Amino acid sequence: MVSPVAGHQPPPFFRRGPAPLVRLVLLVSASLTLIVVDHRLHYLELVRQGLSVMTTPLQVAAGMPVKGVRSAGEYFADLARLQAENAQMRREQTELATIRLRQEQLDQENARLRALLDMRERVQIDARVAEVIYAVRDPFSRRVVIDKGLTHGVEPGSPVTDDLGIIGQVTRVYPLNAEVTLISDKDQALPVQVARTGVRAVMFGAGSGMLELRYLAADVDLREGDRIVTSGLDGVFPPGLPVAAVKSVDRDGVGGFVRILCVPVAGVEAHSTVLILKPGKPVDPDTAAASAAPAAEKPADKAAKK
Amino acid sequence: MNQPSFSSRRILRPVSPWFIGFSLLCALLVNLMPLGRAFWLPDWLALVLCFWCVREPLRVGMGTAFALGIVMDTGYGSLMGQHALAYVLLAYAATTFSRRILWFGPLRQSLHVLPMLVGAQTVMLLVRMVADAEFPGLIYFAGALIATLLWYPVGILLMLPQYRPEEKDENRPI
Repeated sequence: MVSPVAGHQPPPFFRRGPAPLVRLVLLVSASLTLIVVDHRLHYLELVRQGLSVMTTPLQVAAGMPVKGVRSAGEYFADLARLQAENAQMRREQTELATIRLRQEQLDQENARLRALLDMRERVQIDARVAEVIYAVRDPFSRRVVIDKGLTHGVEPGSPVTDDLGIIGQVTRVYPLNAEVTLISDKDQALPVQVARTGVRAVMFGAGSGMLELRYLAADVDLREGDRIVTSGLDGVFPPGLPVAAVKSVDRDGVGGFVRILCVPVAGVEAHSTVLILKPGKPVDPDTAAASAAPAAEKPADKAAKK
Repeated sequence: MNQPSFSSRRILRPVSPWFIGFSLLCALLVNLMPLGRAFWLPDWLALVLCFWCVREPLRVGMGTAFALGIVMDTGYGSLMGQHALAYVLLAYAATTFSRRILWFGPLRQSLHVLPMLVGAQTVMLLVRMVADAEFPGLIYFAGALIATLLWYPVGILLMLPQYRPEEKDENRPI
């Protein structure tokens, strides 16, 4: 560094802005701030939505050649496969038709019985159909993007299913599309219960497309092939939707817990047409306790009157 | 056609800033192609960015890297700042070593580039591991190796506009 002569810096020959090291420190600290703010505080969703206005057209443009090649491949797909698929769909349609005929009658009967039993109406599930456009290329998570977004009324938190069972949950909504975190993602938790015994548990992604039931005691009654369904305890997912089947139960787990691996029922990683369900209100433990208290008093009153 | 280094005597035309922007945009588009969960694919944007940082450190640097990283983070839906951090560090290394790298031939240039690209991917891996993500497997690093192999062909492709002669010759195709 040249010392200033009589209070004057020598004029720089080449103006190159701040020194590289200064710029590095500035930009690295800016990135680290962004990382922490996004990961811990989740303040950046609005910024993301704003930036997505710019990146969505780029993504659409980038997707065009891929889409073209794919549709060309489908065009030349053999006729036999399509005919077989068509026949199978016809068969399924007939099977479903008989179920639908009975369903109307059952619905009415159910409504009458519920009225008799003075039970609360089950939440009407309304669903909308969406198409999975592509899998997100982030290698560290398992997410897909669907073609319905804010403008179609998709809400963050909505459960997403295919024709067989739950595949994930909408975690981010952009104006024209939405991001679905699959249940096989390591951070995605799902309140479930075992259909045979009613044991409740929490299900997480185990990586490699499998699912894992955590925090169950080593003596839990669970066999291979048991069906796992949603418990609806969170209030977001409707209860009773199929999730997975138990694949292996390892009772020699460390720390007193049993290690249970499950295979998802739905085509979680196979991308096709999906249904977006309307999410229920998440149940807050405090308000749940408050609303449960009067409900518990009512039967007591009835009993007292008798 | 040998890729010019400081030791070669070939005189190049000056690079057009428009072409730099165009090539970066193309790399971004290729990166955003919805090809599913193919993690062994190289990060084209990192490669092209690294190339211009080595070749034109006065025009492309850490600022460009940061902006492109933010765009990538939005496009991939990854943690905000993850690509930005990796690209800024990559650009810093590339601009710092640019004078050194350009003295070597293509093979040794790629040997210099390999640790930079692997380093950028390792930074992203570390950031996501700290944020509790799933480890994608060692196949994740294959992208950096493939990108290193692509250094020479991509370099020639990006230099093509500069190889044009000053006067147009009717009898020569390029």
